[in-house]
Amino acid sequence: MTTLIEKDVRKIAHLARLEILSNELSKYVQDLSKILDFVEQTNTVDTDNIEPIAHPLGGCQRLREDRVTEIDQRDLLQNNAPQVEAGLYLVPKVIEICDVPK
Amino acid sequence: MHRRTITELANDLHNKKYSSEELTQEFLSRINSLDKKLNSFITVTGETALQQARRADKQIAQGKANLLTGIPIAHKDLFCTKDIKTSCGSKMLDNFIAPYNATVVERLQQAGMILIGKTNMDEFAMGTSNETSFYGPVHNPWNLQSVPGGSSGGSAAAVAACLVPAATGTDTGGSVRQPAAYCGITGLKPTYGRVSRYGMVAFASSLDQAGLMAHTAEDIALLLNTVAGFDKRDSTSVNKEVPNYSSTLGNPLTSIKIGLPKEYFEEGLNTGIALAIDAAVSELEKLGAKVQEINLPNSKLAVPSYYIIAPAECSSNLARFDGVRYGYRCANPLNINDLYSRSRGEGFGEEVKRRIMIGTYVLSAGYYEAYYIKAQKIRRLISEDFSRAFRDVDIILGPTTPTPAFGIGDKTYDSIKMYLNDIYTSAINLAGLPALSLPVGFIEGLPIGMQLIGNYFAEGQLLNIAYKYQQMTGWHKQIPEEF
Repeated sequence: MTTLIEKDVRKIAHLARLEILSNELSKYVQDLSKILDFVEQTNTVDTDNIEPIAHPLGGCQRLREDRVTEIDQRDLLQNNAPQVEAGLYLVPKVIEICDVPK
Repeated sequence: MHRRTITELANDLHNKKYSSEELTQEFLSRINSLDKKLNSFITVTGETALQQARRADKQIAQGKANLLTGIPIAHKDLFCTKDIKTSCGSKMLDNFIAPYNATVVERLQQAGMILIGKTNMDEFAMGTSNETSFYGPVHNPWNLQSVPGGSSGGSAAAVAACLVPAATGTDTGGSVRQPAAYCGITGLKPTYGRVSRYGMVAFASSLDQAGLMAHTAEDIALLLNTVAGFDKRDSTSVNKEVPNYSSTLGNPLTSIKIGLPKEYFEEGLNTGIALAIDAAVSELEKLGAKVQEINLPNSKLAVPSYYIIAPAECSSNLARFDGVRYGYRCANPLNINDLYSRSRGEGFGEEVKRRIMIGTYVLSAGYYEAYYIKAQKIRRLISEDFSRAFRDVDIILGPTTPTPAFGIGDKTYDSIKMYLNDIYTSAINLAGLPALSLPVGFIEGLPIGMQLIGNYFAEGQLLNIAYKYQQMTGWHKQIPEEF
């Protein structure tokens, strides 16, 4: 039986960059534990010598010639962006500015 | 005219009984007056539709039309439609205007079909009841207190209520077939790779496939003729010739061997559904089909392994929603991490967050082998069950769902109960096979769906059997009273 505690869910939420409010936490602890418990059923069968499959038809990625096929549509695509300036996406400051001695 | 199939409408348009503009207007006014009861549309594209209809009328007058020209269609709001909002049923994409068309949209448009609107759906296609939509639940036209199924619930309800003659859907674990069953229409999930996924918002890439929903198998054949086929813009698209699905609809069933999987008729299946399937099987036997029992021994493991694989892929695919390039952004982010996590926390609904977290967990260091690899191994076992069965039979037949449509709110608080609606459908996605659901009866006024599962690329055979059955029976012609 898989039992998650609040600390686990906080960690998972952080890895997934999902804000979970503290009043929602216990519900997610319960829900996720229940789901993980349910999928444990996969352990009832022996799969020691079975090869996993990732692609239903056993296919692999098709390769193409390495050349430019898309035209530049930056302005069109940036129409959907929350904040842009001069063709750049704006986000809060990522690198702290510190005083560099001259 | 709203009760007619695509095939009948096409005939009327070509015989000038009415114009595409009149036809489009008729469906638009039905949506306008009746969709209040259903909530099946997120966006109605009235003006674009009428413009396209006038263009179609010109093509018909000039003799440049084909069978789909001038017929309205709705797209699940997961297909990108150029210059039209594509929300995926989520607050995250409530403000997203697609800059290009999905290949499916493009091909149907080129055939002259009229885009009448975008249909409601479970958020990011994660759900089996349409209750996870940011835009509110869709109501089943057969009983407004019941769910239409999901995730393509808006498409199913709109077609069943004759608000549009056909709609697209997508199917990751049953999302075309289950709502088709609950709403009493015909729905096809093609073989993985048969129809391009370019321009479909990704959920679980090794399972997702575009599908079609209409009243009859004959209509679905027409649509599939147009949308199937190789697309270099989808890396999983299969380069294989597309047969004419309409030309094999009438083939005799005398040499067809049908397998009934024992596991699909065990406890948990509603007895009324079991009886209706029995009766439908007898009809097919009358047409010459041979029926035998088969085994799919790993069936019970399909849903548990599906709920490892699908969330794992979803957690990876949905990482793209970061509040930077498109979609919802939280107000006043403090720093970049706050921007990511609040935009995602506020933009995604509960079920999507649950699945992202399950996926993140099963893919995280230390758990990957135990969950994800284990599930991919079971996926092989399930896939081998099917290939073994297809050595003995041509088609596998069973129920689409264990029960008819349940009540809105009945299962919202129990994820596992909700997930088990996929018990007969998710294995097909794990194996990548084609499958079709068609109506075969009613229980207390709610439709029953029967599922036909084919071998890879056997869509023609599925449509052939469904067509022959629909020639003999009238379940697919039933229309809910209020509509």
